[in-house]
Amino acid sequence: IGHPEIFPLVFTTKTQEIFHCRVDEEVTEENSFKLIKKEDIIQDLKTRAAISDFHPVKKVVLEYPGEELLVVFDAKFQYGQNFYLVASEEAKDNFLKPPETTEEKEEEKEDEENREATLEVHPYKPPVHKPWVSLGSEKEVEEESVRETVTKIKYMISRVRRKFGAPITFTDRNASHVKDSYVECTSYQDKTFSIKMLEKDVGVQMIPKIREASTQTKWTYPKNAATQYFPRQLSNEEKEDSLLSEKLKEFLTSVHLRMEIALQQNEIMNAFFDDWKALAEDESSSGGKPDVYLKAYQSFTDLQYLKDRTISCVCWHPTIYGIIAVSAREQLSYEEQVNLSDKSFLQQSVILFWSFFDPIHPQLMLECPEDVYCFQFNPSDPNIIAGGCLNGQVVLWDISQHEEKLQNAKTAADGMKMTAVNMVNASILNILYSTESPLVRYCTVSSMQYSHKKTVTDIHWLPGYSEEHQMGATFENRAEVCMQLVTCSPDCSILFWDIPTTKLPEQPSSVKVKEEEIFNMPPDVPDTLKHLDLCWKPLIKINLSESDINSEDGPIRISLRELHYHYKTSEKVQSLNTLEVPAKDSPYTDMSAPSSKNLKVLENISTAFFVGTEDGEIVYSDWKMEIDSDSAKPHTQKYTIHTETINTLQRSPFFKDIILSIGGQNFAIWKEGVTNGPILQSSSSAGRYTAGQWSLTRPGVFFIGRDDGNIDIWDLLKKTHEPSHFQNISESLITFISPCVASPKQHFLAVSDDLGVVHVLEICQTLSHASRNEHANVLDYFEREVKYLKYCEQEFQEYQEFQAKTELK
Amino acid sequence: AEVEETLKRIQAHKGVIATMVINAEGIPIRTTLDNSTTVQYGSLLHQLTMKARSTVRDIDPQNDLTFLRIRSKKHEIMIAPDKEYLLIVIQNPCE
Repeated sequence: IGHPEIFPLVFTTKTQEIFHCRVDEEVTEENSFKLIKKEDIIQDLKTRAAISDFHPVKKVVLEYPGEELLVVFDAKFQYGQNFYLVASEEAKDNFLKPPETTEEKEEEKEDEENREATLEVHPYKPPVHKPWVSLGSEKEVEEESVRETVTKIKYMISRVRRKFGAPITFTDRNASHVKDSYVECTSYQDKTFSIKMLEKDVGVQMIPKIREASTQTKWTYPKNAATQYFPRQLSNEEKEDSLLSEKLKEFLTSVHLRMEIALQQNEIMNAFFDDWKALAEDESSSGGKPDVYLKAYQSFTDLQYLKDRTISCVCWHPTIYGIIAVSAREQLSYEEQVNLSDKSFLQQSVILFWSFFDPIHPQLMLECPEDVYCFQFNPSDPNIIAGGCLNGQVVLWDISQHEEKLQNAKTAADGMKMTAVNMVNASILNILYSTESPLVRYCTVSSMQYSHKKTVTDIHWLPGYSEEHQMGATFENRAEVCMQLVTCSPDCSILFWDIPTTKLPEQPSSVKVKEEEIFNMPPDVPDTLKHLDLCWKPLIKINLSESDINSEDGPIRISLRELHYHYKTSEKVQSLNTLEVPAKDSPYTDMSAPSSKNLKVLENISTAFFVGTEDGEIVYSDWKMEIDSDSAKPHTQKYTIHTETINTLQRSPFFKDIILSIGGQNFAIWKEGVTNGPILQSSSSAGRYTAGQWSLTRPGVFFIGRDDGNIDIWDLLKKTHEPSHFQNISESLITFISPCVASPKQHFLAVSDDLGVVHVLEICQTLSHASRNEHANVLDYFEREVKYLKYCEQEFQEYQEFQAKTELK
Repeated sequence: AEVEETLKRIQAHKGVIATMVINAEGIPIRTTLDNSTTVQYGSLLHQLTMKARSTVRDIDPQNDLTFLRIRSKKHEIMIAPDKEYLLIVIQNPCE
């Protein structure tokens, strides 16, 4: 296309045949040139006219100067068609010749190179002049070059010579003064170019008024500060001085009259007594009788551990609501019970802990070495439990590890209940959950040698504020935890046990070594009191050997005066000494507490105690060791009211000197200090009384259990000759009764029977809430009885005197 | 001697639990209770007496406090104030 002499042509096969330029036969890629005579082309044009292939280049062909035209086969379609016509001679020559020259040159070069292999230096050939061959580029150059096309105009300007160089004067002339002196082209607003803006896009942003300001604050940081203060006090001398001063005397003389008037006023009557309120309370208490005095709340039994066993003791957990502990022993007939110590039992005995929220599975089980006859929670630390065994040993358990479990018994039970819905078979439940109630092994057991020889029938924790010492003196207990036990047994001895504090900081190394040798306790048993295990000896031993009666008659129940519990801890570990108190008769005795050297003397605690024996005797005696004592003690007394073994001897929780004793077919109420006899004695009843307890909330009420499964409720203010109410609880005989105040609204009574079932009953309102003056009324009643007793005694004496007189006569 | 007698007589009345003599600053001089309780009673009742006295005198400047009795559920506290001392008696009125 850039070459004006090249005309691309399409040759049809017909044309190719005519001009002998058939593709691939006469004309190939290498041999692509074909010279065609001009005349032939013209001929073809005439014959074929429009359809001739040369038709588009007809003019070129006609104008072609030469004879022959070059047609080149364009195999690669370089110019757009398969052939092209070269329209000029020179181009033709160029086409034909240069390839030859290049070929030649190439040949020469090859030869030269071959020759050069032998010769290293290329001989220098100066360039040879060659005639310039025009290739048609002058035309382009001509077209591109710039030439002046416009002829230049020439002007000649002349002037007279003399005017050259003449001085010239300039003047000013204001151009605006003269008209037409200048031509100006003022600007004017061309209307065609003014565009009135009709619409304009404007952006608007609205911002609030901003003002920057800054402050610097002082950072105050909290600082701990503490103040310690103590009250001002006068020293002793100052006190003395002021006491002696005149001013004080004057003050008192002026003041004491007023004070005494006020005091007397108070003594005369209570000005603030609300009669209206008092009236209302009396009404409610004597109002309608409830249908059921003891409403059944729940009952617990266990098939695995309590089968064929009777319950010996029931205790409520002092602090956790709804936990009750039950100890079981073999069911024995009356004769077998006598020979208790001979038997050995194979069945594992346990103390079961029941919770209200889970009636099927016991919460906790305490492993006992033997059947436990009686047990008690430590009032100051409910995790310590002391129990007395069948063989005379005293056992201690520590359940502090499981305390949390017991407290969460409710949530655990709820969780278990939810899954229990899915289970159908109860036995599977038992198997699955039986692993839930952990078995706690006892942590201490007393030594066999020094324990009782027969069953431990009664065990009590001593109140915390007194502490027995080896010398028989009772000390004030500074730290407020109950750490002493008293046990009694039919082998005629009363033992005091001392337990050192559970958290002993360190022990002497010798003791520790011994410990490790002897005991390998299972790892989950708490470490408390480990060193005492199996070598625990009682602190004090009191022998109640009868002077004349056989030694079979041993104490079953013991009641100390000061059994109202306070919370104190003991400080020292007492060394162990057995102390034998000289023989006395075994009436009631109270424990009195003489003082020690360091601690405060507790003078007003009595050391007398009551003991109920197997034979039904009530013994009142004093265990205090008197240095100047003679053999006969005037204040040991013995009463035989009951015909059978005493099973209950309990002080009233309201009156410290009133004791209830139950044995055989009757019961009696005693007052300490009244030595004539009981102030109240019931008539013999049809069945036997087997258990009994004072009510915790009403001073004149107590519960008695019988051998036919009935509970008799006695209310001293209503009737004293028969129970005010009785109710049947179970089919077999009642073995133990234990009341409990769980909450101000809920009072429970736990009743256990011979079949191993614990019934928990709810005490109705009338029985649990005392009326206003009940305490005073009951006290009055007792005082009246005492007076009556004295009067009877007096009468009897008078009668005897009278008799004697008449006899003399 | 006389002082002792008077105090003993007051103490011997029926139902009296404790007797205390406090000086003008609230410091106990003579007491039948233990130290900590006495100090507590003394400081509290001293302040109360001052308040009561100022109340009475505010209402009528010619007047003055002669006796103060506080009756609570459990017992009655009787306070006899003076210029320099305070006599406090705690009694359990018989019921």
